Amino acid sequence: MNIHEYQAREIFRGHGIPVPESAVAATPEEAEALAARFGGRVVIKAQVHAGGRGKAGGVKLAQSPSEAREKAAAILGMQIKGLTVHKVLVAPAADIGHEYYLGVVLDRKEGLPLIMASREGGIDIEEVARTNPGALSRYHFDPVAGLRPFEARQVAFAIERDGKVAAQIASTLQKLCAAYVAADASLAEINPLIRTLKGEVLALDAKVNLDDNALYRHPDLEALRDRTAELPEEDEARQKGLSFIKLDGNIGCVVNGAGLAMATMDLVKHFGGTPANFLDIGGSSDPEKVVTAIKIVTADPNVKAILFNIFGGITRCDDVAKGLVEAIPRSKVKLPIVIRLTGTNEAQAREILKGVAGLTSAESMDEAVQKAVALAQA
Amino acid sequence: MSILIDQNTRLVVQGITGRDGSFHARAMRAYGTQIVAGVTPGKGGQSLDGVPIFNTVKEAVVLAGANASVIYVPPSFAPDAILEAAYAGVQLIVAVTEGIPTLEMVPIIGELKRRNVRLVGPNCPGLISPGKCKVGIMPAEIHMPGPVGVVSRSGTLTYEMVHQLSTNGIGQSTCIGIGGDPIIGTNFLDVLPLFQADPETKAVVMIGEIGGTAEEEAAQFIKTRMTKPVVGFIAGQTAPPGKRMGHAGAIIAGGTGTAAEKMRALGEAGIPVARIPSEVGPLIRHALGLS
Repeated sequence: MNIHEYQAREIFRGHGIPVPESAVAATPEEAEALAARFGGRVVIKAQVHAGGRGKAGGVKLAQSPSEAREKAAAILGMQIKGLTVHKVLVAPAADIGHEYYLGVVLDRKEGLPLIMASREGGIDIEEVARTNPGALSRYHFDPVAGLRPFEARQVAFAIERDGKVAAQIASTLQKLCAAYVAADASLAEINPLIRTLKGEVLALDAKVNLDDNALYRHPDLEALRDRTAELPEEDEARQKGLSFIKLDGNIGCVVNGAGLAMATMDLVKHFGGTPANFLDIGGSSDPEKVVTAIKIVTADPNVKAILFNIFGGITRCDDVAKGLVEAIPRSKVKLPIVIRLTGTNEAQAREILKGVAGLTSAESMDEAVQKAVALAQA
Repeated sequence: MSILIDQNTRLVVQGITGRDGSFHARAMRAYGTQIVAGVTPGKGGQSLDGVPIFNTVKEAVVLAGANASVIYVPPSFAPDAILEAAYAGVQLIVAVTEGIPTLEMVPIIGELKRRNVRLVGPNCPGLISPGKCKVGIMPAEIHMPGPVGVVSRSGTLTYEMVHQLSTNGIGQSTCIGIGGDPIIGTNFLDVLPLFQADPETKAVVMIGEIGGTAEEEAAQFIKTRMTKPVVGFIAGQTAPPGKRMGHAGAIIAGGTGTAAEKMRALGEAGIPVARIPSEVGPLIRHALGLS
């Protein structure tokens, strides 16, 4: 799950990371009032779940409260990578002496959290990792023990020679690692971390992505979810235990298993169609999930045909069939459905679906996809 | 031969009294797997179709001689269940459970390495050596014994591939689903050497997906260390970046982990890559010299 910068700043503050004072505004007037409170010269930053906000024009400097109002008016409502900006963060402008980068990610290959640190911050770190990997210091740490002081110093001195500044960076890094572990994050990043002209180290930005699997044990973090940043169908799917991602095609896909769902989308494309979504009804059997799946898929007006591709394992084909029998009469939208069911309790499923109108059945995945593509084009 | 499991596997089912645990315990037993025990804390002394249920895995090992475990317990209990099995002395642990917090797996993987215990999963369908033993949730009837090893990050996509192999008349030595999480106990790089060393396995199907770099690392190993032919497939060519595609590990992050990159890495290592699932059968037939 992604959270906003202003929320990530709160998490960082809670761990003692030096984050300058800031507040959130939803209107230009609120931004103006905040700028006045912060002494006039402020930074206005769009709060959206997208990187590259600066490049997109979502970060602006204002010299006065009235200018803050104008800049906030320009940023509020703008679209960044398809997402509408509903809130801006207002913070006093800092006197930047130098910009660094600090981040913690998961290294899947090593199975450990990985610190990435760079002497040059405020830049696209993914670009640096690709083009100039030598500029990045990398260090793995044990999340149970936490980052030890000597380890933090080692990373800090790799990016800053000045002892007083390096000590502040080391302390910040330890707290960043603690925040990463405590929040069950998949990413925690400060870009940029700065040294002010007075030699003080401050986190001017905050980014945290959370591990969805761990949210069950962090109700406080789950509460940070911004429902305006996702589609209502995606929200409903998640609450019903389905994994749904909307795409822009016209064939609604209902599949069990993430790998098969991706392969089904790929095959739709291969046979000349376009998938309307990724939808994994999950590993466990439950007819209700099929009912929800149909509802979510048919909510998209672009969808012209629905493709069911079910390979039973822990999912039982008869449960899917029961769900279909229940869902079809309840659905307001009548669309052609192509169904392919193979695996656990396949015979029972065929029996249940016998005589259900509006279903086209298929034996193989290739056949099912080709039929769905043809029906969507008809 | 086969890898990891066979007729000598003596399995304990952790979570045997749950809906999924009991359903799949019966299915595994019907296939011929030796289920020697079940474990549900508080239900020790009961039995499921004659399989004794114990309160602890330790009892299952000491009293019933279990040497492998399969885990069907919910995600909040699964990390403890994995460690319980490792401490009890089983050699192979298969964690079917989906949804374990990623950072919880970090110390567990370290502990299992120290104890030299193999974990398959979590978030995996398990493994099957057709005709000998099944540990997991896959539909058994699609498999048949034969010369092809299958290794995959997916569950149902693996069934799809196996089904195609079997309908093409090509059996399997062992099919193993390694799981869709970012941190897993057994990766492609752990399985490929086992297939290379297994005399029964003549060729391998490797099914990858977006996210991480495990396929690229596997490609390097195949190119330099394997003499047996490998056929690849990568799911997620149409997946948008930055979105988690069902599996916790299936995400294109920071522009890396795309299907295109992985297909290119496999291709550059001389590994034939199927563009669509139904090409896997013909490519394997060709690799085995059958057509």
